Amino acid sequence: MQTYYDPADLKKFGKIGEFQKEFADKFFAYYGAVFAEGALTAREKSLIALAVSHTVQCPYCIDAYTSDTLEKGCSEQEMMEAVHVAAAIRGGATLVHGVQMMNKAKELSM
Amino acid sequence: MKSLKASGHALASSAAQLDLIEGDNFGKLGLPSFHEQLGHIGLFPLKPTQIDIFQVNIGKMCNQVCQHCHVDAGPDRKEIMTRETMQQCLDALAQTTIGTVDLTGGAPEMNPDFRWFVTELTKLGRHVIVRCNLTIIVANPKYHDLPEFFRDNNIEVVSSLPFYNADKTDRQRGKGVFADSIRAMKMLNDVGYGVEGTGLLLNLVYNPNGAFLPGSQEGLKRQFKRVLKDEFDLTFNDLYAITNIPVSRFLDYLLKSGNYDGYMEKLVNAFNPGAAVGVMCRNTISIGWDGQLYDCDFNQMLDLTVASPITHIRDFNADTLNQRAIIVNEHCYACTAGAGSSCGGNTV
Repeated sequence: MQTYYDPADLKKFGKIGEFQKEFADKFFAYYGAVFAEGALTAREKSLIALAVSHTVQCPYCIDAYTSDTLEKGCSEQEMMEAVHVAAAIRGGATLVHGVQMMNKAKELSM
Repeated sequence: MKSLKASGHALASSAAQLDLIEGDNFGKLGLPSFHEQLGHIGLFPLKPTQIDIFQVNIGKMCNQVCQHCHVDAGPDRKEIMTRETMQQCLDALAQTTIGTVDLTGGAPEMNPDFRWFVTELTKLGRHVIVRCNLTIIVANPKYHDLPEFFRDNNIEVVSSLPFYNADKTDRQRGKGVFADSIRAMKMLNDVGYGVEGTGLLLNLVYNPNGAFLPGSQEGLKRQFKRVLKDEFDLTFNDLYAITNIPVSRFLDYLLKSGNYDGYMEKLVNAFNPGAAVGVMCRNTISIGWDGQLYDCDFNQMLDLTVASPITHIRDFNADTLNQRAIIVNEHCYACTAGAGSSCGGNTV
């Protein structure tokens, strides 16, 4: 069955330099530096990445950071809590616009 | 749960496992063989450096039946080392200066001659490691004094604890294993094991509970230390991250769960030449319950006896064994993935 997303494509990510090497090299060097141990641990960064993957709804990223968080010894509870953080922010971002709606409604109403 | 052997499973046969490991299942993936990879970096045939570690598997009997076990150990396995073979091990050791003896199983403590063997090894002045699954300490009153026995013989204890919570640990090692492991760790801590300043070493072994590779050993150690201290007031010294080997029950899991292809690809893609240089089989000799000699405990479970004129402990000769070529196959990729994997954790 043909689909827009093919899990096998994730393994080809490293080959994006085929069409533009300079930017790809810079991107992957940057990417590697971002995920290295720093003020945040690599484990914490991986959980953030897992949450963001859900926010941007990237199936490649979800696969990649599910494996990565497991490899880094995260529990399934931690992983799901990270997804809830993403969901809460997305939900909150919708709801907070309700204030704008309320402002406008009050402005237009008697 | 029964062992593969007791349940009459096809993968109880080492020949059947080797067919899967080196046959079409691997071939269809289009990945380079382990021999080829070693050849590319000038390491084939793989030769020993020298024997520093004398690893003795004193039996397949175990109180647990873990899902990933490469030994296919369990309560139904009756193959255990006799005192006569243990004496041959002692005689072999006495003619060498090999510094470390690593006792494994199964649960080595279940061998009725375990304590005698440990005491005799200690008399030879060698550093003795016991791979203790923790739960054996609380499995039966006759094992409750193992922490004191270990302490009195200055044994290094290396214990499997695949996760810092019950859910993941029990899924891999059996219901109730986490709670029993925590009780046993407490008993070890109480006699000084894993406690700073005592010199009594308690090291933990982490292995992934599925078809993925272990992450940073240091990162995992930090996390285990924090959780075990905060939630259970337990301490330990070091943590070894070990990669699951596609052999026996873990191979069965990979095939049943549809993860075999992806896992082998992960291992091959993570091949690290630095880890290949430092693989444990180069400085270890592995002795089976019946005295047969192997390059490592994994080759032992695949019945891949050393490629040497000397194949039994009664004929042990370190110089002759050091001339051998180590037998390698596709399962060896697990020891060379990422930061490398050995019975002592990362190798690079």
